[in-house]
Amino acid sequence: MDPLYNRLASAVEQAIRQAETILPPDVEEALHTAYNKETNPTARGELENIFANLEVAREKNIPICQDTGIFVIYLTIPETVPLTSGLYDAVSEGIRLATKSVPLRPNAVDPLSRKNSGDNTGAGIPAVHILPGDTLRVTVFPKGAGSENMSQIRMMLPSEISKIPEFVTSVVRDAGSRPCPPVIVGVGIGGTFDSAASFAKEALLAPINSMTSFEQEICDSINQLGIGVMGLGGDTSCLAVKVKEGACHTASLPIAVNIQCWCSRRGVVEVDV
Amino acid sequence: MIRLTTPLGDEVLDLHAGDRVLLSGTIYTARDEAHMMIRDEGFPFDPKGAVIYHCGPVIDEAQNKVVAAGPTTSARMNDLTKHMLDAGVRGLIGKGGMSAKVREELRGRAVYFAFTGGCAALAASCMELAGCHYPELGMAEGVWEIILTDLPVVVGIDAHGNDLFVR
Repeated sequence: MDPLYNRLASAVEQAIRQAETILPPDVEEALHTAYNKETNPTARGELENIFANLEVAREKNIPICQDTGIFVIYLTIPETVPLTSGLYDAVSEGIRLATKSVPLRPNAVDPLSRKNSGDNTGAGIPAVHILPGDTLRVTVFPKGAGSENMSQIRMMLPSEISKIPEFVTSVVRDAGSRPCPPVIVGVGIGGTFDSAASFAKEALLAPINSMTSFEQEICDSINQLGIGVMGLGGDTSCLAVKVKEGACHTASLPIAVNIQCWCSRRGVVEVDV
Repeated sequence: MIRLTTPLGDEVLDLHAGDRVLLSGTIYTARDEAHMMIRDEGFPFDPKGAVIYHCGPVIDEAQNKVVAAGPTTSARMNDLTKHMLDAGVRGLIGKGGMSAKVREELRGRAVYFAFTGGCAALAASCMELAGCHYPELGMAEGVWEIILTDLPVVVGIDAHGNDLFVR
């Protein structure tokens, strides 16, 4: 393999290890904020387990969660790096390396035969999103199934803008305990059927230490539901709502809701070119 | 904090929803595929007093150890649990709770322990790997026999119909 592709594969492996073993500081801080204001004793006990778990994972360099996810990869490439199939192959190689070295649970299966590839790669995955940038930078986003399975998309009517918060809240209500709350909710507004879903996922990559008033409004409405940590009841069901918008057809209003468990993992590594 | 060791007996009848328990002793992982395999082929272990963990762990097979083993969503096993309880299973561990039907199936004989979703590293630090049944189901779906020391769980559904997940 070309030396650049070797470096990229290593960077992907390193970014995966980072994502799987250390929670981003903004997410850990949001969990502590939730703990400090939690009044439900069961929810407090669950959050204490979460903090103890983060400590063990960090100390022993092991995955925070056994659902090490399926991988969504974002790459920026500078002008000097050509867009080739080699880039995609190097990303897949990085995932195969990480599957052995971290180690990861092999999660990728054929959708119908359910045969497991054994290395977390397969036809059409990982999804690799490539954008021009100043540096060659890899962002890995491991997505667990518990929360991904609770996500929804709706093609709303242009006259229903005021109903967006209600729809997002209803998706989280229906998900209940299953996505490992307290959740983070990515909302994609606009675009097309497919890009709304991408916006929702990309919204989850933003730090969660700030929200717009619109995001805060939806977050407050979700926290009124009383789902609590792991669905056992409590004051915090949602750590943050993050919205990403794009222009859409004048007759459309696609809304995608991508739910993320409390274990909102991401890893970013720069590659020397 | 209550301490319990498997296999469990009538002491589960004294537990109440919300009780925090440190659980020790042998448990068995089982997800969808293992529940169906056990229903069709039988138990590869003695189910009397046994505790089933809804979990698909990461196992380091070379070093024979549990790397990460948090709970999976128990609701997927709602319709696959009765035969386990009928055979004598006295405890389930999982996340997210189970259906009203399972709540009734537990009544008078068994409990559902909630363990915090995502806490795979903490769980593994309480575990020793003792064996594997139905290895042909693969790492996530196979039945792993695990010895626990003080896993911190909470009684989510007790044997008297009380269920913390209902609101």
